[in-house]
Amino acid sequence: MPRTSANVVATTPPPGSAPNADGVIAWGAATSSPSPLVGENRGEGSGALAPKVPAGAPPIADPSPRGGREQALPKPARRLPVQKDWPTAAIVAVQIGILVAIIAGWEIGAVAGFIDKFFWSQPSAIYRTLTIFFTTGDALADIAFTFRSTILGFFIGTFAGSALGLSFWWSRNYAAIMQPYIICFESLPKLALAPLIVLVFGIGIASKIAIATALTLVVSTLTTFAGVKAVDPDGEKLFYSLGASRLQVFRKLVIPSCLPWIISVLRVNIGLALTGAIVGEFIASQHGLGRAIIYAGQTYDIALVWVAVSVLSALAVAMYVTVSWIERLLQRGIRG
Amino acid sequence: MASTKLLIDDVSMRFATPAGAFHALDHIDLAVPRASFVSLIGPSGCGKSTIFNIVAGLEEPSEGRVLIDGVDATGAIGRVGYMLQKDLLLPWRTLTDNIILGMEIKGVKLAEARARALPLLRRYGLAGFENAYPRALSGGMRQRAALLRTLLLDTDVILLDEPFGALDAQTRLRMQEWLLKLWEDFGKTVVFVTHDVEEAIFLSDEVHVMGTRPGRIIATIPVALPRPRLRACTATPDFMALKERCLGLLHIEAPADIEDAA
Ligand SMILES: Nc1ncnc2c1ncn2[C@@H]1O[C@H](COP(=O)(O)OP(=O)(O)O)[C@@H](O)[C@H]1O
Ligand SMILES: [Mg+2]
Repeated sequence: MPRTSANVVATTPPPGSAPNADGVIAWGAATSSPSPLVGENRGEGSGALAPKVPAGAPPIADPSPRGGREQALPKPARRLPVQKDWPTAAIVAVQIGILVAIIAGWEIGAVAGFIDKFFWSQPSAIYRTLTIFFTTGDALADIAFTFRSTILGFFIGTFAGSALGLSFWWSRNYAAIMQPYIICFESLPKLALAPLIVLVFGIGIASKIAIATALTLVVSTLTTFAGVKAVDPDGEKLFYSLGASRLQVFRKLVIPSCLPWIISVLRVNIGLALTGAIVGEFIASQHGLGRAIIYAGQTYDIALVWVAVSVLSALAVAMYVTVSWIERLLQRGIRG
Repeated sequence: MASTKLLIDDVSMRFATPAGAFHALDHIDLAVPRASFVSLIGPSGCGKSTIFNIVAGLEEPSEGRVLIDGVDATGAIGRVGYMLQKDLLLPWRTLTDNIILGMEIKGVKLAEARARALPLLRRYGLAGFENAYPRALSGGMRQRAALLRTLLLDTDVILLDEPFGALDAQTRLRMQEWLLKLWEDFGKTVVFVTHDVEEAIFLSDEVHVMGTRPGRIIATIPVALPRPRLRACTATPDFMALKERCLGLLHIEAPADIEDAA
C-alpha cells in the first residue's frame, strides 16, 4: 500500500489541478438553473436553427429547405441532464441511518445467533470494553505512544525528504548520481525491512519513528524533486538577469515554487507515518494501539480489537483533518 | 546623445545541437547611442532573443564582445535590465513585492525598496493594485508591472523582448504610448524586440531589420520622425514610407514572397 501511494504522489501535479469542491458546486449551480440555450429550445420547439422572425411580421415564403432540416432534428430534443442536490441535513440523516442500521443489525444478528460472537463480537460488548479500556487500561498511554511516534516520523520524514529533494536543484550531476538510489529505495518494500529496523533500533519508540520516517521520506523526496524539475527555467533566467546569486535564486524562486509540491504530500504522509508506527508496534512493542490490537487478537479478545481499531481510526481522522487544515493554511501563506 | 552606450561588437553564436553546430548569429555589429530607443525586427528564429541573452550575460557568445560604456561586459549578469517574453511575475508575491525583486536582489532593504516602488506604481497606472496578486491582473497590468520591475533597477540599458506580443490590439497601442512616457521620464537606453513593424517605427529612433539563417542585421533604418510622437504620426507619408521599406526588407527575407518584393 505505501508503495502505490508513493508512486501516485510522485506523478501528481501540485494541488492546483486536484479536483476540488468548487468544481462540484459549480456543476450543481449550472444544472439547477436552465441555460438560455435550453430555454430558447423550449420556447420555439425544434426551431433552434430557424431564423428568428419578428412577432408582427407576416409569414414569408422561405426558399431554404427548412422543413427538411426540421425533420432531421432528433425529436424530442435531448436536454441537459439535471441532478437535484439534497439538503445537507438529508445527506447526514441518511449517513447516520446507515450507521445505526449496521450496528443494530450486528447486535441483533449476534443475539439471534446469525453472527458468531466469538469471531465478530457484538456492539454492546465492544461498548463495555471501550469504557473499561478508557477507565482501567492504559488507553491514554497507548494513544500517546502511537501519536508521538507517528508525528515524529511524519516531521522527520517530511522535512528530511523535502530538504533532500530541494538539494537536487544545486547540482545536476549530484541529482543524476543519486537518482538510481532514490528509485531503488522507492521501489523497495520498506515494510519488509521493518523487522530489521526493530532489531537495530530496539523495541522502544525509536524503531517506530524510524519506520514511519522511512515511509514518508521517500514520498517527500520524490515529490519535491518533481517540483524542482518543474521550476520555470525562464524564472531562473529572470533572476540571473537581475544579477542574483544561486542562493538568492534558491531562496526566492526554487523554495517558493516547490512549496505547493511539498505541502501536497502532507496528507499522504500522515497516513503513511501512522502505518509505519503501527507496523512497528505489531512487530515488537510494549505500548501503543498497534500492540493493543496484536495483544487482543492473541488473547481472542475480539471486542478489544474493535475498540483499539476504532480509537486508531479516530486518531487517524483527527490527524488527517489537522494536517488538511494546516495544508490549506500554508497554501494560502506561501510568500518567498 | 551621440556617445555609444551599448556596443555589440562582432558577435557570432553557434549552438551545439544533436544535428551538429547551429549557426544562430553571424557577425552582429550594433551600436546603441545613449538614451536612445532602438528596435530589432525580424522573422521568428532569427536570433533576437539570443542577442538579448548574450547582452544580459545569460549566454556566452562564440565570438565577439559586448561593451557597456566602453567596458567589456561579456558574460556579466545584472548589468542590464532584461524583460523576457513572458511577464514572469511571481504568483506568491504581491504586485509591489514583484516590482522590487531587482532591488531586493541587489540588497536594498525591503522597506526602502517598497517606499521607492510605491509612488512609481501609482504614477504609472497601477494605483489600487499595490497589494494585489498577479493572477488578479489583466494582461496589460501584468506587462506594466514587469516593465516597472525592469525599469526600477539602476541599470541604464533596458532590453525588452516582445513585451506587448500577447496583448490585444487596443491595449497594445495604449501600452506603446505608456512606454514612451516612461522612456522619456527615465532616460534609459532601450533595445526593443517586436514582430510589429508599425510598433517598431512608432517607438524607435532606429530600426534594425534582421535576416535569418544565419541571424544577421540586414539593414539599419533611422527614424527621423519628431518627438514627442502622437498616434497621428502613423498616418503621415514619412511613416508610411518607412513602413513600406521595412516590410519590403522583411519580405525579401521570406523565401515564398520573393516575387512580391519589388
Ligand atoms: N540553447 C539553444 N540551443 C540550440 N538552439 C538554440 C538555442 N537557443 C536558441 N536556439 C536557436 O536559435 C535560433 C534563434 O532563436 P531565438 O533567438 O529565440 O529567435 P527569435 O527570438 O528571433 O525568435 C532558433 O532557431 C533557435 O531554435
Ligand atoms: Mg524570441
